[in-house]
Amino acid sequence: MARFAMVIDTRRCVGCMDCVVACKTENSVPEGFNRDWITTAVKGKMPDLHMEIRTERCNHCSNPPCVHCCPTGASHVHDIGGVVLVTHNECIGCKACVASCPYDARFIHPDGYADKCTFCIHRTEKGELPACVSVCPTHCMHFGDLDNPESEVSKLLNSRNYHVNHPAAGTEPHVYYLT
Amino acid sequence: MEELTHTRHNHLIDPNLTIWGWEIPVYLFLGGFVAGMMILSGVIYLRRRNQPGATVVFILPYISLILLSLGMLALFIDLEHKLYTWRLYLTFKPLSPMSWGAWILLLVYPVLILKILINPFFLFRDVAPISKFYKFLNASADRKNFIAYANIVIGAMLGAYTGILLSALGARPLWNSGILWLLFLVSGLSGAAAFIHLIAPDKGEREMMAKTDNYLLAGELFVIAFFLTSLLSSSAVHIQAATILLSGAYAPSFWGFVIIAGIIIPLIIQSLAVSHKVKHTPIAPLMVIAGGLILRFVIVYAGQLSGY
Repeated sequence: MARFAMVIDTRRCVGCMDCVVACKTENSVPEGFNRDWITTAVKGKMPDLHMEIRTERCNHCSNPPCVHCCPTGASHVHDIGGVVLVTHNECIGCKACVASCPYDARFIHPDGYADKCTFCIHRTEKGELPACVSVCPTHCMHFGDLDNPESEVSKLLNSRNYHVNHPAAGTEPHVYYLT
Repeated sequence: MEELTHTRHNHLIDPNLTIWGWEIPVYLFLGGFVAGMMILSGVIYLRRRNQPGATVVFILPYISLILLSLGMLALFIDLEHKLYTWRLYLTFKPLSPMSWGAWILLLVYPVLILKILINPFFLFRDVAPISKFYKFLNASADRKNFIAYANIVIGAMLGAYTGILLSALGARPLWNSGILWLLFLVSGLSGAAAFIHLIAPDKGEREMMAKTDNYLLAGELFVIAFFLTSLLSSSAVHIQAATILLSGAYAPSFWGFVIIAGIIIPLIIQSLAVSHKVKHTPIAPLMVIAGGLILRFVIVYAGQLSGY
């Protein structure tokens, strides 16, 4: 079993939004919606400020509240890579999953079903990289299998300091931010 | 201090979550209200079955059927992918309160209809299939008692589920309380008691419901106090969530409409009424019912403002 994960080097990310454009193009994300986005976090007190730029998306959690609360099973964990997906023709659009996500990563597609990042499963299950990772000009984005200790993502997490978003929510997210 | 700037502007998600509008609070209110009526009609039936005279318990299932159907209509309006609603009934997801709710709602209708068939409207009493059920159910006291108990149990499940539905969504700290189901159940019972107080043809039942409602309103105040103190003694996001009600954006509605106008003032009026110092008027029960509706609006809207 593979465990797909994404590792973002926040020291390299410049917030150029190439990943956002690539995702919208690759996945035909409708106008006015985003499956991934850029967050700029500024910490500290003037003049001693620290800024972190990071690209964010669904965290494909190991303990996904969106899957637990789904009444029809439309939200589910995929066999490959533990990726969290939505089966469109099983979703009733109740929005419980949208409310259950501490990352606000989901939205309701204009066609009525819940939508979000899929880690580009149509590409990654064939061994390709997600669209966002493949276009990143600063190479700050890394994708791979955490269950393989020799993978790039495993090595990066073993050698660098990192954090995840909202660890207190208890969702065990799989998008990691190198600091 | 940390300042976050997002480039994301998803509809109904940013800048604040607003995915649930009027439909969900109306559904949660009507569900709780019907649950309260089912429980109270079962209890009144079991207490008064040997006493002759007009009783409200046979009117309530008709009203419950109508109000629950209106609530489900509101829920249906809220669904974004309506053509796939039937998918709810192809599976049962034990971790999803919404799945539980879908199946509980299927149990509520037959239980209400059985209650109607114990004492159907006199015009239909002789109509073929109804008369058969009427005679069958009235042939044994045990059958009627069973239906009353079923109304109490299924009603309690319905009332509790309306709270569990929200509290299972851990990403919204205001809802993420183990006591929300009790708040919605007590509030539903209190609204139902107020409603019976309003419409009961029998004076004894009206008096009994006014007294019951007073205990329920006092209980509701305690449950709200426990709800808030449990949030205030939890993590930073939970404290922040409680602040939305206590001194934040929803404080005026919460204190003004839910606590003062929805609980304290009607409790004072009804306490004076049951001790025969003032006359019974529709004012206090109407305030209780409106307070229950506003409680659902405040909890659903303020909960969407809370987050990580």
